[in-house]
Amino acid sequence: MKKLLGILGFLFVIGFLLYQFFVGFYNTGIEYQENAKTAWSKVESAYQRRADLIPNLVNTVKGYAKHEKETLEAVIKARAAATQTKIDPANITPEQLAKFQQAQQGLSGALSRLLFTVEKYPELKADKHFLELQSQLEGTENRIKVERDRYNDAVNKFNKHIKKFPGNMLSGMFGFKEMARFQSEKGAEKAPKVEF
Amino acid sequence: MLSKFLRLFLWTLVFGLGVQNLLSQDIKPLKIEADGLPAKPSEDTQKAHSVYDYAKLLSPEERRMLETKISKYYDSTSTQIVIATIKKLNDDISLYATEWAHKWGIGQKDKGNGVFILVSKDDHKITIRTGYGVEHLLTDALSRRIIENEIIPYFRQGNFYKGLSNAIDAIIKVMKDEYKNDLPKNQDSGDYIFWIILGIILLIFLLSIFSKGGNSGGGSWRSSGGGPIIFTDSGTSSWGGGSFGGGGSSWGGGFSGGFGGGGFGGGGATGSW
Repeated sequence: MKKLLGILGFLFVIGFLLYQFFVGFYNTGIEYQENAKTAWSKVESAYQRRADLIPNLVNTVKGYAKHEKETLEAVIKARAAATQTKIDPANITPEQLAKFQQAQQGLSGALSRLLFTVEKYPELKADKHFLELQSQLEGTENRIKVERDRYNDAVNKFNKHIKKFPGNMLSGMFGFKEMARFQSEKGAEKAPKVEF
Repeated sequence: MLSKFLRLFLWTLVFGLGVQNLLSQDIKPLKIEADGLPAKPSEDTQKAHSVYDYAKLLSPEERRMLETKISKYYDSTSTQIVIATIKKLNDDISLYATEWAHKWGIGQKDKGNGVFILVSKDDHKITIRTGYGVEHLLTDALSRRIIENEIIPYFRQGNFYKGLSNAIDAIIKVMKDEYKNDLPKNQDSGDYIFWIILGIILLIFLLSIFSKGGNSGGGSWRSSGGGPIIFTDSGTSSWGGGSFGGGGSSWGGGFSGGFGGGGFGGGGATGSW
C-alpha cells in the first residue's frame, strides 16, 4: 500500500512538472508571437506613413517640375502597388514578406529617382513646404528602418523559442510556425563604433 | 542560522547603499554593451544628471545650467529631455541615437514623452530624436528647423552651450503644456518598504525550507528557480532609488523618478555644422 502511494506520488510529481513545462513553453511562445505581431503592425504603420506623405510630395514637386511627368507617375504607381500589398500578421510567410518587401523597395526606388531629379530645380529645393516634406520623409525612412529591425529581433526571439530543444517537439502541437524576417539590404550590416 | 542570514542580508544592504552613493557624484564613462549601445546609467545618475557631456563641449557650470532647465521642465510636465555629447561615431547617427534613447527609456512609458539630443563632435553632427509620444508635436520638420535655426549658427561659432540652451527653449515652446506631471510623489519609499517586506517573507520561506531536511529535493529546486532572482533584481533597483538617496529633488539636475521607459521609433532630424 505504502509503495503504491509512493509510486502514485512520484507519477503525480512528474506529471505536474511536465504540465508546468508545457504551460510555460506555450505561454512564452504566445507572448513572443504577440510581440512580433505588434512589431509588425509598427512596421506597417511606418510604411503607411510614408505612403501618406507621397500625394503631398508629388503635388509640391508638380508645381515646379511639370516636365518630370514620368518620374512623378512612376512614384504614384509604385505607391499604389505598395499600399495594395498587405500581409496577414498572424501568418507571415517568407514569400508574402518577400513580395511586400519588393513592393516597398519599388516605391523607395521611385522616390529616390524623384528626389534625384529635384536637384535640377533650385527653386523647388528652396521651397519651404518641400523642405519640410523632405525632412518628414527622411524621418519616415528612419522609422521604417528602426521598426523593421525591431520586428526582426522580435521574430528571432520567437523562432529561437520554438526551435530550441526540447520545445521544438511541442511547437507543432501548439501550432507555432517559424515567422519570416526581413532580408537585410546591401551594406546594412555594419557594427556601429562609437568613441567618447 | 536565522541571525546569520539576517546579518548577511543587512550588511549587503548597508554596504550596497554606501557604495552606490559614493559613486553617484559624477558621470562615469560609458560602458558599451554587446548591442553596441552605451549601458544605462545608474538610477542615482539618472536622478542627478540629464546632460551627459562625454566629449567635454561644456564647462561644468554650463552643464549645470542646462540640467537645471531640463529638470525644471521635467518637474512640471514629466517630459524628459536628455543631451549626450560624444567624440565620434562610425554609424548612422539618426538610427544609433534612436536605439540609444530607446534603450535608456527616456520619457514616461505610457506617454512616450522623451527627447534625446546627441552631438558627435568630430563628425560635426547633431541629431534630435523624438519619443513616440512627442512625434506629433515636435515633428521631424520642426526638429530640423530647430537644428538649423537655433543650434547650427551657434555651433559654428563653437558656442555649444548657447546652441543647446536655445534648442531646449525651442523644444519646450513647441511642446507647451501637452503633458502634466502626474507621477506620484515619493513613489520610491512605498516601493522600497514593499520590497523589504517581500525580502523578509522570502527569507523566512527559504529558512523554513533549509531547516526541513527531508524535503530538500523540492526545496533546492525552488530556491534556484524564480524566487531569489525576482528578489535581487527588483531589490537592487529599488534600493538604488530608495528614499535613502535623499529623494530626487535634492539632486537637481536629473529626473526624480529616473528614466521612465519611453520608446523611440526613429522620429526626429539630423543636421551638421
